[in-house]
Amino acid sequence: MFYWSLAVEYMKNYVKTKLTYRADFWVEVLSDLLFQAVNLIFILVVFQHTPTLGGWTEAEVVFVYGFFMVPSGIFSTFFNIWNFSERYIVKGEMDRILTRPAYNLYQVLLENLDPPSLFGSLVGLVIMVLSWGQLDLTFHLTDALMMVVFTIGAVMIYAGIFTSLTAISFYSDAPTGILPLMYNISSYGRYPVNIYNKVIRFMLTWLLPFAFVGVIPASYFLGRNETGLSDLALYTPLMGVIVLGIGLFIWNHGVKRYRGAGS
Amino acid sequence: MNSAYLDLIRIRFLMMLAYRVNYYSGIVIYTINIGAYYFLWEAIYGEQKLLAGFTLAQMTTYVAVSWMARAFYFNNLDREIANEIRDGSVAVQFIRPYNYLFVKLMQGFGEGLFRLLLFMGPGLALVCLIFPVKLPSDPGTWAIYIVMLGFSFLINTQINMLVGLFAFFVENNEGMLRMKRVLVDLFSGVIVPISFFPGWLAVTMKWLPFQAITFLPSSVFTGRIAGDEVLRVLGIQIIWFVALIVPIAWVWRMARTRLFVQGG
Repeated sequence: MFYWSLAVEYMKNYVKTKLTYRADFWVEVLSDLLFQAVNLIFILVVFQHTPTLGGWTEAEVVFVYGFFMVPSGIFSTFFNIWNFSERYIVKGEMDRILTRPAYNLYQVLLENLDPPSLFGSLVGLVIMVLSWGQLDLTFHLTDALMMVVFTIGAVMIYAGIFTSLTAISFYSDAPTGILPLMYNISSYGRYPVNIYNKVIRFMLTWLLPFAFVGVIPASYFLGRNETGLSDLALYTPLMGVIVLGIGLFIWNHGVKRYRGAGS
Repeated sequence: MNSAYLDLIRIRFLMMLAYRVNYYSGIVIYTINIGAYYFLWEAIYGEQKLLAGFTLAQMTTYVAVSWMARAFYFNNLDREIANEIRDGSVAVQFIRPYNYLFVKLMQGFGEGLFRLLLFMGPGLALVCLIFPVKLPSDPGTWAIYIVMLGFSFLINTQINMLVGLFAFFVENNEGMLRMKRVLVDLFSGVIVPISFFPGWLAVTMKWLPFQAITFLPSSVFTGRIAGDEVLRVLGIQIIWFVALIVPIAWVWRMARTRLFVQGG
């Protein structure tokens, strides 16, 4: 209850600041969407020249992309701490966080909410619905339920991976540039994993499970199971719990090593 | 006077050298990007030999050299200029006995030179080891590519300046900066070669400066454009370079009379 009221207060604050610069909000939404659109344009342009991509049709690949946008938008809304190292460690703002009674990561995340990203999720849903019709898939009520379960699982995977990586700054203060690196790798999971070689495929499934954020859960709806993909889909929430657990463990362990920067 | 500009190149080069760790990871990021696109294109080609005038081998080379060229010409001058206008430090630049835009150009060049030597060079070598990239065997192609690469840098920098200078006219051009970045990546041909675009879009692109940044030089590098055609595309680059000076000079003249510092 305490945590919920905190979230509400932070949201109120966010709305107040954004109302001061209304135009900015829409420009942000627009540039976010444009950024996502580039990948979609890539898919659309490419399919002008080929009927299938590793055996997947255009509608299927677009569907996977639409699915990917849903957890990705939710994740970006709540996890916007790309400058954590500079702001909280180098400048020492973590001091302020740690003197307060709420859980530290929760506070850090709330201070950096980015709700415009949710529009990406919305667009993703629309894309899914449109390609759902195009693919002539039948819709069961369980699909809606699975969608919720997969989305939560995928967001947890994303959050777990990036929490672990952000926590690295507790252990080493040099800028490593590893976050943008991982962000780039995460885009691998948007395409059918069977087009990659075995090493990358294994990595995307088990080591940095970005395939669980895109192609694996999406294949459940598409009913594509040539290589056991949609069987794996059911493990998405489990994967989420494990990855997020690891992330929180590394984070909590790291916070203990934090020393104020001294001003 | 000229030595002052040369010193600016040197200073920026050394500044970049101080933060080189970031660049090692940069090379890895670009290699990963190239890898992703390599597998994607391989799947896209499938059984097909030729798509939009590219063979798969040419495509691999195109992707590799385009990303590595991006490492060279890419800079944040737009953001730097916008920030200096917003916090008012550009006012101090006005009273100094040099041309502000030239200073920025030189700083950008210092940064580019650093990336050329420590990023593009080793990066391309690394990529050649991992992926089947075919480098041109004719030294003439290399020579003309280097010249074209110089123009890529100039044209990209000009576009950056133009967008950055818009901060004189609007209070917050952060959104514009982000959009420009996405549009340049898309329309310059880094992500998809322009010849893959559907007809009407490809025709539109022929009349815009973006293709001169990546598509034309990389096409020459892969050998898709050869012979007299090379001179023609070099001409296109030169025309755009000259043409873009006009709006920059105009905006710069207009801007000086209406500096509006926020906070300050």
